[in-house]
Amino acid sequence: MTSILRIFVMCFAALAFGLASGVVTTAHAQLSIDITKGNIDPTPIAIPNFMSTDSRGKQIGQDLAEVVRADLERSGLFRSLDPKSFIETQSNIDYAPTFADWRVIKAEALVSGRIVMESDSRMRVEFRLWDIFGGEQLSGLRLAATPDNWRRMAHKVSDAIYSQLTGESGYFDSRIVFIDESGPKTDRKKRLAIMDQDGANPQFLLTGPSTVITPRFSPNTQKITYMSYENIVPAIYLLEIETGRRELLGSFPGMTFAPRFSPDGNTMILTLSKGGNSDIYAMDLRSRSTTQLTTNSAIDVSASYAPDGRNIVFNSDRGGSPQIYTMSSDGSNVKRISFGKGRYNAPVWSPRGDKIAFVKSTGGKFHIGVMNPDGSGERLLTESYLDEGPTWSPNGRVILFSRETRGRNGKNEIWSVDLTGTNLRRVPTPGSASDPAWSPLLP
Amino acid sequence: MTKNLILLVSAAALMTACASKPEVVEQEPEPVAAAPIFTPEPEPKPVMQAPVQQQTVVQAPDPNLPVPGSVADFIYQAGGDARVYFGYNQYNLTPSAMDNLRAQAAWLKQYDSVNAVIEGNADERGTREYNLALGARRAESVKSFLVGQGVASRRLTTVSYGKERPIDGRSSESGWARNRNGHTNVMNGAVG
Repeated sequence: MTSILRIFVMCFAALAFGLASGVVTTAHAQLSIDITKGNIDPTPIAIPNFMSTDSRGKQIGQDLAEVVRADLERSGLFRSLDPKSFIETQSNIDYAPTFADWRVIKAEALVSGRIVMESDSRMRVEFRLWDIFGGEQLSGLRLAATPDNWRRMAHKVSDAIYSQLTGESGYFDSRIVFIDESGPKTDRKKRLAIMDQDGANPQFLLTGPSTVITPRFSPNTQKITYMSYENIVPAIYLLEIETGRRELLGSFPGMTFAPRFSPDGNTMILTLSKGGNSDIYAMDLRSRSTTQLTTNSAIDVSASYAPDGRNIVFNSDRGGSPQIYTMSSDGSNVKRISFGKGRYNAPVWSPRGDKIAFVKSTGGKFHIGVMNPDGSGERLLTESYLDEGPTWSPNGRVILFSRETRGRNGKNEIWSVDLTGTNLRRVPTPGSASDPAWSPLLP
Repeated sequence: MTKNLILLVSAAALMTACASKPEVVEQEPEPVAAAPIFTPEPEPKPVMQAPVQQQTVVQAPDPNLPVPGSVADFIYQAGGDARVYFGYNQYNLTPSAMDNLRAQAAWLKQYDSVNAVIEGNADERGTREYNLALGARRAESVKSFLVGQGVASRRLTTVSYGKERPIDGRSSESGWARNRNGHTNVMNGAVG
C-alpha cells in the first residue's frame, strides 16, 4: 500500500519576507477581490515562470507557475494573462517590477517568484505578490520542501495569493477522495481512489474487487471512512491513507452506511438499518460506544455535523417525502428546515458553518443547492439529469459533486461549482468518477 | 397419461404467468435464458406391462425442467424471476409481488436447508444514501412477507444495494421500474 501512496516527506518552512529595495507605498486602496460576487469580472493576474539559476530549478519554476495559473483560473476569480504578452522579464524578484510595463498589458496583480535549489533534496520557493495599480508589494513568502513536492508548493503559492487577495483562506493544497467507476451500468466496478484537488496524482487506495461507495475524509486528512460490500452485509470501514491499515468499524445488527466524521475527528456519525428501518447513530471512535440519535420509523439518513460539533443536519422522510432536518448533537431539538417543492436529500454542513449544501429533485431534474442552517436563503446552483453528493472545499466557497448522464451509456463525472453558481467546471479524473469528498487543507 | 397432461397444462400456466409479470418485461424483454419449450410427444403405443403404482414419483424428471431443489428450480417456481417490483419511492408489496413471494415461500419451506439473501434495490433517481435506506425497506418488506408465510427468519438475510446494482441500464420508466425490486438471492440450492 505504501508504495502506491505518495508519502509527503517535507517540511514547509513558510515565512513572509520583506522587500529589499525601497518601494513607495501609495495611498491607493489595496487590490482585493470580493468572493461573493461571482466571476463576472475576473481579476487579470500575471504569473511569469519562476526564475532559477539552476536548470532543474528552471524546469520546476516553469511547471510550478503553470500549476498556479491553472489553480487561480479554475477559481473563476482570476484571469491568468498569457506569458507571451509580458513586456518586462524580471531577473531578480528582490527588486520592484516596472509597474508601467504591467499596467500596459492590464495586469492588476503580478506574482514574481524564484526557485533556489539548495541541494538535491531541498529547494526553496520564494515569491512576491505585487499590486500593479497600487505599485506595492502585497505579500512575500518563502517555502522549503523536497523538489519532488513542487506541486504541493505550487498549491501553497496559489493559496497564499488567493488568501491575500480575497481575505479568505484558500483550498488548493488539498486532495479529493473519490470512487473510480468502470464497466457497463449493469455491472459497474467501483474502486476507492484519491487525487490532488486539481486532478493530478490519481491513485487507487484499495485493490480488492469489492464495491466501495461514499468515502469521506477525517479532519486531520490522514484517514478515510467509506462503505464497502466486502461482506454480504455491507459495512463501514476506516482506512489509514499512509499505512493502508484498514479496519471494519464496529459490529452492528444490520447494515451500516452514510458515515461521516465529526469536526474533531473523535466521533463517527452513521446510519444503521435494522429491520428495514434506518436511524442515525453516533459512535465514539475511542471507546467504540454508540448512541442512537433518531428513533423515528421513517428513513433517517445522511447526517453531517456543523463545524462546531453541536448540531447535525440530516435527511428524513418522516414528513412523507425526503426533507432536510437539523437536530442537536444529542438528538434533541429536531427541526425541519426545507419546505420548498420537491425532494431534498444529502445535506452537508459547510466547514464555515454558514451554509448547508443539499440535493434537490423536482420536475425530473436534480440540483445542487445551498441554504442557510435555518432553511432560509435557498439557492439552486446546478441543474442536470442527476447531480448529487455535494462536498465542500476547505474554505466553504466551492462545492464538488457527481453528475451522471442518462441512459444505458450513462456515466458519472465530478464537477465543481462555486457558491455564486457561476463557475461550473468539470474536474479531470482518469475515468468515470463519483462520490467526491474534499479533504481539509493539508497540514 | 392424464397426469402427464395435467403437468403439461400447469407448466404452460406457469410459463404464461412468467411472461405476464412483471408486466414491464412485455414491453422490452431482458435477454434471459431461453425458456424450456414443451412440445407434445407422440403417445407411446399401449403395451402390456406390469401395473405402475408409485412409479410416477420416481420416474426420471422431465429433462427440460430444472432439477428440483436447485437454484434454477427456485427461480422457475417463482415464475422465472425471483424479484418483486415496487412503485416509485414505495416499499409496499403489490398483489402480483405477493403471488410471487407465496411461490418463493412454498419452495423455501420445501427445501428448508436453503438460506437466502434478500436484496433491496432502487432506481437511479435518488441520492445514493437515501436509496440505500429505501432498498433496506424493500428488502425488509420481502423478508416480512416470507416470514409471514412460514419461512424461518434466521434463514433470510437482508441487504440493500440502493441504486448500486441496476439490472436495466435504461433511464426510462420501464428501466426504472425494473430496477426498483426486491431480489431473493438463493445462492446454493438444496441439490447440485
